[in-house]
Amino acid sequence: MAQPVPVTPDDPNTPKSLAGAIVRFAGDSGDGMQVTGSQFTVAAALARNDLATFPDFPAEIRAPAGTTFGVSGFQINFASRDVFTPGDAPDVLVAMNPAALKVNLPDLKPGGLLVLNSGAFTAGNLKKAGYGESPLDNDSLSGFQVLSIDISKLTVAAVKEAGLSTKDANRCKNFWTLGLMFWIYGRPLEPTIQWLERKFAKKPELVQANTLALKAGHAFGETAEVSHYRYQVPAAPVDPGVYRNISGNQATALGVVAAGQLSGLQVVLGAYPITPASDVLHELSRYKHFGVTTIQAEDEIAACCAAIGASYAGSLGVTSTSGPGMALKMEAIGLAIAVELPLLILDIQRAGPSTGMPTKTEQSDLLQAVYGRNGEAPVAVLAAATPGDCFYTVVEGARLATKYMTPVIVLTDGYLGNGAEPWKVPKVADLTPFPVKFRTDPEGFHPFKRDEQTLARNWAVPGTPGLLHRIGGIEKSFDSGNISYDPQNHAKMSQVRADKIAGIANDIPEAKIDVGNDRGKLLVLGWGSTYGAIREAVQNCRSAGHDVSHLHLRYINPFPRNLGQLLRQFDHVLVPEMNMGQLVKVLRSEFLIPAESYAKIQGQPFKIGELEARIKQTLASKES
Amino acid sequence: MNDTIAPEALTRKDFMSDQEVRWCPGCGDYSILATVQRVMPDLGIARENMVWISGIGCSSRFPYYMNTYGFHTIHGRAPAFAMGVKAANPDLSVWLVTGDGDGLSIGGNHLLHLLRRNLDVNLLLFNNRIYGLTKGQYSPTSEVGKVTKSTPGGSADHPVDPSAFALGCGASFVARAVDVDAPNLGEVLKQANAHRGTSFIEIYQNCPVFNDGAFDGFTDKAHKLDRQLHVEHGKPLLFGKDNQRGLRMNPSSLRFEIVELENGGSEADVTVYDETNVALAQALLRLPFPEFPVALGVLHRTQRETYDHALQTQREKAKASNGTPDLEKLLNSGGTWKV
Repeated sequence: MAQPVPVTPDDPNTPKSLAGAIVRFAGDSGDGMQVTGSQFTVAAALARNDLATFPDFPAEIRAPAGTTFGVSGFQINFASRDVFTPGDAPDVLVAMNPAALKVNLPDLKPGGLLVLNSGAFTAGNLKKAGYGESPLDNDSLSGFQVLSIDISKLTVAAVKEAGLSTKDANRCKNFWTLGLMFWIYGRPLEPTIQWLERKFAKKPELVQANTLALKAGHAFGETAEVSHYRYQVPAAPVDPGVYRNISGNQATALGVVAAGQLSGLQVVLGAYPITPASDVLHELSRYKHFGVTTIQAEDEIAACCAAIGASYAGSLGVTSTSGPGMALKMEAIGLAIAVELPLLILDIQRAGPSTGMPTKTEQSDLLQAVYGRNGEAPVAVLAAATPGDCFYTVVEGARLATKYMTPVIVLTDGYLGNGAEPWKVPKVADLTPFPVKFRTDPEGFHPFKRDEQTLARNWAVPGTPGLLHRIGGIEKSFDSGNISYDPQNHAKMSQVRADKIAGIANDIPEAKIDVGNDRGKLLVLGWGSTYGAIREAVQNCRSAGHDVSHLHLRYINPFPRNLGQLLRQFDHVLVPEMNMGQLVKVLRSEFLIPAESYAKIQGQPFKIGELEARIKQTLASKES
Repeated sequence: MNDTIAPEALTRKDFMSDQEVRWCPGCGDYSILATVQRVMPDLGIARENMVWISGIGCSSRFPYYMNTYGFHTIHGRAPAFAMGVKAANPDLSVWLVTGDGDGLSIGGNHLLHLLRRNLDVNLLLFNNRIYGLTKGQYSPTSEVGKVTKSTPGGSADHPVDPSAFALGCGASFVARAVDVDAPNLGEVLKQANAHRGTSFIEIYQNCPVFNDGAFDGFTDKAHKLDRQLHVEHGKPLLFGKDNQRGLRMNPSSLRFEIVELENGGSEADVTVYDETNVALAQALLRLPFPEFPVALGVLHRTQRETYDHALQTQREKAKASNGTPDLEKLLNSGGTWKV
């Protein structure tokens, strides 16, 4: 995490060395801010900075231009040290129009650098953003360093020779801005120019125009009197290895491909488009040569049923979705529990209830995942902590699903799914295969015959001679697999299904403290995408001398077998969640401890500062 | 429940599971099950390669009674499970059993998409025009004004015609049969099995408990000959005792009219059936009863690409153009840097 960066005019010629910086690009949804942010990210990654990013899309596909609800943002935190979150408040805000300024200015650090496209501050745009008078004409920006440039005009002039219409020429202004930002942080232009050449291979005029804009923005920094804003962020010390930038949804998709390879199974993904999970479907649809078949089903229910059908026939059935889709899939998940088939459910959570805020993040579905079905219907539930961790969590989910013949729900969220970080690419040889064996021996077979240790039933797939059998959602006899309404048998089967999932606790690692001691005054217990923010907040509090530790849970159901004991080694347990307190309910009921909830439900991730304040407040209240 | 024998020549008995059949006495489902089990050995499909999939309802108990692979799933969703099964293993012979409630009410959406995708499966829709398993509420195929437990004042909604629905969804094979008419049902089953694509078979099935005699108007001895029209591709649309009546498509009204061969009508006037012509099939299905007969047999059949085959082709193409899958390479794609 970057320390507050002093952005003060200084010696004009030497770039000032910084530990890190947080930059936010903001503009109209048509201004290309996501592309700008992505390219800026690649440049930071190539400069070996550690980094984390957070895109913040508007809900509308194309909101009316110039309005505050059409503002699209992209924040990057890059540093010469470990970075765990996209950062709290930006040091630099790039605002391409008045609406972007209006929406984002409250977040900018006092004294921060504001790069404005003054060309977009027209009477019409000011009015649409709700400004009575232009903030450029009064002292409302006096607490910041303001670089007000008519980027629109400079861009149109710069790309003239490409022969675009004025409208198209004006659309290159994001690359002009990127060029200026590259100059400020001393980044080379070549990787972006090469990217443009690949991206617009069939439209050379766009390659030319955007390259001209990029170079012009860069040259502007060089020639104009702005050299006192020039910074250098040195490379971060990181584990040696090969790295790539990866988003949570990409990592999730790659995890599915890897799971297929490691298990030796074909993969069938059933999915229905839903924000923010659709990218998992998009990504996986490209890997047919890995034996991954994707089905865009007619609805969420069919998507889940198709995945179960595929598992029944001997593939690894996977379905990806978000909250409302989870709700629709629940009856089918109950069937997969009853017939004991592997099924991997990927829930990229978003703000609810109902449609809620599809583009905003929330840890909305923990209770739905753990409890949301009719009957006694236990499933394994895992949660990923970072974008790159989505890969490992998905692979682990597939291992458990096939070994225990059970649905496994993997929870990520919009913040992880769309957020990105540099990821140390694993070597395939370091990933543990979990080859699946189907039942082929007819001797003593019945479909619900179980492995004594795992309690998993044997997986007999259609096409296997001698193993003809029927399965279904009706209760079945423990001894024969046939339909049974016997009262004692139902009790026994319910217990076996529960024991099977509970037994997974013996097959997963014990919980280990992430930061701090394994006993003490306060444990901050988190799960999912709050990992980076909690980690940094706890580290900061520890540096300030507070007795606090951080534990992050990957396994939500079952819990690691030592969790209860670990929790009791602390005087107090604080559970920050981006919901109204879901994990905390489970902890209280499971361990009968007075765990305290810190809930934030704003569709936005925790800020490190918020967490620090709460940790200190909790500690203080316990001492008084 | 298991069966270790894989005999060369199978008999009806080989397809009977050890489960006690538990439909109500006199239910039409018994006749259908018997015909299916009698026909299956003739299809030359190994039992282990056959999967029966159902949803929820009386008809959906069917898979338990077939000594093949079977999956009794959830209400209305059997087509979605079948989609996954065929995506995973296109070589399996997949048979779906559904009813008018399971297939057209709660599962109408999935049926629509199954038919338009043309998944290579066979679907038997048992139409008894009533909800049996929930003890007698009206169904989406019940006639308007149906008095049931849930509609003491008569039902208000207009029924859907399953076969017309299937045609409207772009089904590549639509056939209709009667539960107790074993020879015709058996023949339709064989034709369905031979067809590549979704073979939709509507079976009029009598529910002796909640809707007894629903189809007597054209299935009982008194009416059978005059009120059933067994269509056959390339043959004239004749029906009645000694085929003395026929249907003629009036070229100006584009409606069928009855030709009485005994009263001066000529067989040359009778329309020769073309099963590839959707318009003819729809016109037959929309004929008012009892003024016109009920059309049975293979009403429509065309050939087009199946969904499972298309998926398989895409997989093979991807493998051919991308070579051996290399996970290491995939993980390292998208721009890497070394530290």
